[in-house]
Amino acid sequence: MRTALRRYPVLIALCLAALFMVVPFVIVAVNAVKSPAEYSRHGPLSLPEGLYLDGLKDFWQRVDYGQKLANSVLISGSVAVLAAILSVLNAYAIGIGRIRGRTWVLAFFLLANMLPQEALVYPLYYLSKQAGLYDTRLSVIIVFTVIQAAFGTYLLSSVLGRFPREIIEAARIDGANTWQVLWRIVVPVSRPTIGVLLVFFFIWTWNEFLLPLVMLVSNDNQTVSVALGVLQGQRLMDATMTDAAALLGVLPALVFFLVFQRTLTRGIAVGAVK
Amino acid sequence: MTVSRRPRDSYALFLLPGVLAFLAVIVVPFLMNTGVGFTDWQGVGTPKWSGLANYRELLDDSEFWASFRHSLFMVVAMAAVPTALGLVLAAALFDYIGKHFGSRVAAVLRACFYLPQVLPVAVAGIVWSWILAPEDGSLNELLKAVGLGGRQQDWLGDPDIALYSVMGVLVWVQLGFPLVVFMAGLGRVDPQLYEAAELDGAGWWRRFRHITLAQLLPEISVVLTWCTIAALKVFGAVYVLTKGGPGGATDVPSYFSFATFFETTQVGYGAAISTVLTVLILLLSLAGLKLQTRAEDDGEGARA
Repeated sequence: MRTALRRYPVLIALCLAALFMVVPFVIVAVNAVKSPAEYSRHGPLSLPEGLYLDGLKDFWQRVDYGQKLANSVLISGSVAVLAAILSVLNAYAIGIGRIRGRTWVLAFFLLANMLPQEALVYPLYYLSKQAGLYDTRLSVIIVFTVIQAAFGTYLLSSVLGRFPREIIEAARIDGANTWQVLWRIVVPVSRPTIGVLLVFFFIWTWNEFLLPLVMLVSNDNQTVSVALGVLQGQRLMDATMTDAAALLGVLPALVFFLVFQRTLTRGIAVGAVK
Repeated sequence: MTVSRRPRDSYALFLLPGVLAFLAVIVVPFLMNTGVGFTDWQGVGTPKWSGLANYRELLDDSEFWASFRHSLFMVVAMAAVPTALGLVLAAALFDYIGKHFGSRVAAVLRACFYLPQVLPVAVAGIVWSWILAPEDGSLNELLKAVGLGGRQQDWLGDPDIALYSVMGVLVWVQLGFPLVVFMAGLGRVDPQLYEAAELDGAGWWRRFRHITLAQLLPEISVVLTWCTIAALKVFGAVYVLTKGGPGGATDVPSYFSFATFFETTQVGYGAAISTVLTVLILLLSLAGLKLQTRAEDDGEGARA
């Protein structure tokens, strides 16, 4: 009985802490439905008097937000799929093929994964200009496919390293070649891990900022993060506009979070301790 | 008939696309960047070899030293504080809430802490620049509402405060990552350890120190390494919140190199800055890997 009474303070303290984490989202949402007049009269802490959606609509049109969303989906989706394929191919050679020098190859991928993008950004900018790929979504897709595959290779290699060899031997005896073993056996069996990778690649790419900021200068190609970040950086938005930008930036992330929550929390634990 | 035993190097073909792509996107640009660091180059024309001149200049550049000093603050905000807070929160959620109020409550609370982690850092920056705005900002309005109007600040515009404001935002962003990793780690700790300790009369603090901390050592080393590297790379938050200002008060190496590349277009100098950052991060990664393998070995030894 006494311990039961002692438990509640811990619960309350944790709930307050959790509330503090969520409150910024709530204030942003509450203020996005206020008109500029209402905002300047009552400030950010009052409850909205009605539902005013023109601010959001204006902002959406002004930055052509639909286009930005489409760009982000296109880039993140392509990167997720291509990087997963590249990771599978690499990891197949390293984890199952056990090619010579695999420890070094793996160390190489790991270091590539740690490399700061600052050390790549100028040459990538320069080379993409030379190749005529500057300011194209394709350039960003190519670069992030490789960057994300560095992590994917590292993770999948250790997963495939524990793949039951008897299954592969059996398929070989039945006459399957290396390609067939990969597509008919290894990929289907590793589907859960590949699924986690797809989700992570998608969200990581969605959230990237530095390289897309440098590579995508024209309005038609920018991602959500870049478009909003640049707008904020120009310091031209008033309070209501900033709030609309914040809400429109938060919403997709919230959707991913709700859809992928389980994969995310499970995947992080797997990735960190591999 | 023998089953054709392919030489195992036929697998090497599968590595070919990956190796080519890595050469083009990572190795070649990285070598170019390192090379350019030894030249004087404005981004047009031919780079002029200047040896170590850029690095010598860096040693005397107070902006450079300031940016790395700020990196230490970022390490506190993104690695030290979130790891410490994450440990306590994870233990409390797992030990107290999970056991006494059900795992659903614990999962919901964990989700709240994790939410900022899925946010693009640029968007997190916008949310907080709006909240921390000097006029009409929610934080200042809140202070006024509770009678602390005198404590109102220009949170991101005052050179004495801006760095701490950025740190606060980064703690908020980062906290969910250690928490989730630690909670998953606690899941594999044998509950009998806790029960035995409880029977022996060990209080919460002693159980936390001797069981939770000891058992989570591998996770702690991973999280610390990972978060320290992330802290050294921090860019988006600084770009959106302060652009390194006011007056360089929140400048960090990655923003400094970005500005040197693309605003003052001293490409050679920018390359030197990013090379220093890279060396630092690679050294840390190697140290982290070592720490991690050791912690895992110790952990296995203890469990065996």
